[in-house]
Amino acid sequence: MIEVSDMTVRFGGVTPLDNMSVRFEKGTCGLIGPNGAGKTTFFNVLSGFVRPVSGSVTAFGEDLLKMVHFRRARWGVRRTFQTEQAIEELSVFDNVAMIHEHSKLSGGSRRQEVIDAIRFVGLDIHPDTKVGGLGAGQRRMVEVARAVVGRPRLVLLDEPAAGLPDDETEHLGDVIRRIPEQTDGMTILVDHDMSLVSACCEVTAVLDFGKLLASGPTAEVLRDDRVIRAYLGTEETK
Amino acid sequence: MDAAEVESPTRDTSEGEGTAEPTTRRRSLEPRAFIRPLVILLLLLFVLLALPSLFSTYYVDASTQTAIYAIVALGLGVLVGRVGMVSLGQAAVLAIGAWVAARILFATGLPFPFVLLASGLITMVLGTLVGLPALRLSGLYLALITLMLAGAITVVLATTNFPNGGHGFLGYNGASVHIPPIRRPNIAQGDSAFFRYSVVVATLMFLLVLGHLRAKPGRAWAAIRQSESAALAAGINTTLYKLWAFALASFVTGVAGGLLAGSLHYLYSIDFQTQDSITLLAVVLMGGAYSLWGAIVAGFLQQFLPQLFTSWGISPDWLTILFGVGVLQVLTTAPRGIVDQLPKDVARLGRLIGRLVRRPTPSPSGET
Repeated sequence: MIEVSDMTVRFGGVTPLDNMSVRFEKGTCGLIGPNGAGKTTFFNVLSGFVRPVSGSVTAFGEDLLKMVHFRRARWGVRRTFQTEQAIEELSVFDNVAMIHEHSKLSGGSRRQEVIDAIRFVGLDIHPDTKVGGLGAGQRRMVEVARAVVGRPRLVLLDEPAAGLPDDETEHLGDVIRRIPEQTDGMTILVDHDMSLVSACCEVTAVLDFGKLLASGPTAEVLRDDRVIRAYLGTEETK
Repeated sequence: MDAAEVESPTRDTSEGEGTAEPTTRRRSLEPRAFIRPLVILLLLLFVLLALPSLFSTYYVDASTQTAIYAIVALGLGVLVGRVGMVSLGQAAVLAIGAWVAARILFATGLPFPFVLLASGLITMVLGTLVGLPALRLSGLYLALITLMLAGAITVVLATTNFPNGGHGFLGYNGASVHIPPIRRPNIAQGDSAFFRYSVVVATLMFLLVLGHLRAKPGRAWAAIRQSESAALAAGINTTLYKLWAFALASFVTGVAGGLLAGSLHYLYSIDFQTQDSITLLAVVLMGGAYSLWGAIVAGFLQQFLPQLFTSWGISPDWLTILFGVGVLQVLTTAPRGIVDQLPKDVARLGRLIGRLVRRPTPSPSGET
């Protein structure tokens, strides 16, 4: 369970998050909103790259903001980036193992858990293959494997389907849906692909101009007039 | 047997390679795992046993310097190639190592390996201080600040001078007429023996760095080089690992400084100039900062080539121009340096010749 209350982030004169409060209960939750709504800033606050002016984040009963960024990863926050960040110089195995060796989450055998994570995302390539030679879709899946290895508590997926063809997005959706059972943790999915969000998330929150616009069961939220207006604009634009 | 493995990655398609290649590459991985260390071992044995008897003293000395500077290039390669931090202070760090080793060698009768270890460790502490700005700065600013620090160290060494058997902390005796040479290890008094000694030490340093690269620090460095935020998101303490890289680079450079003191017998501050750090970066980039072989090529370019030029009657000053052109070439067309580009070019040439031999009349389609 993650509870964010009264979160405000300011960059000079811009306020990407404006007194925003949201609550994610469990499982896979969606976070959507038009460009510039503050979704990535929200992720950056959770992973510790951005320090909010005010507000608090409680995750599974712990104050997340008190932790330094790299310690949050050790505690169990994982994320993928809008521009995929699998490490090109390393093999698929080392990419995933690297995350495992810096987190103290599970006592299991590293080799086994790394192989499990690679298998979980459905990568049927040799684990010693260098990531630099992989295609975009495979790199994405390596990044997802990095995010789920070793039982993280909170997985943040920042537009994982961006730039993927339909069949790979479908496969990605299958994987995302299975993350809760793999990790016992929570997942927050940011994406512009509404069919992916509907397919993966039971509940969804909508951000607009740094404020929470709506939240609730995904189907209801997507039918909400205010949400449609935020995405498409209103008729009388003055 | 794995059918799934045939679906191998297709490398970025800038090379006009055949499509059948990935499969063969995968298959040849198994025997290559044995062949590579074997080839390296044979090469090392050749260098240790045969090389000194093939060369005159002049070239044996040049080879010793090459081995020593290969260690320095190795350290800089870790910083530049693996972590992505450009340091222009490595020649000054080398001077610190040489100073410390010379002082210990004059002051004590400690066995040479201990002196090397001590100069490595002390230089490690001082060199990590040089690296402290790296925690706040990167790119051009880090390069500039390390260059300033190197300049400052050079100035200090020029005023204090290198130890020459005098007393006190500095160990410098300006009045002395008979300056005693810096001693060498008992088993390596002669030039050939000291060359072998240097190569063995260099091998150990390469193994030390290789051990790091294959383990947790190497993976962390690869992450930091690509993206610092991705590294942080992976739980990597980037401050620790950046300092660790500087510590490792300074340690090996300090050891190299110890070897340098022994090989030269006399140290003068004029041998350690600030601009050497810049040349050092140039040769590391030319050799190939991403490969351990690149460090050896860099050592060769920095130390062997000038001697070669001198014996050919060409002024080594031409090298400055050559290195400038070389760096330009690396930055524009061959980012992975000579060790990566040369085999590719040779293979391309081989294919070209093979094609010409097979078809004496070139086809009008004009493939290259």
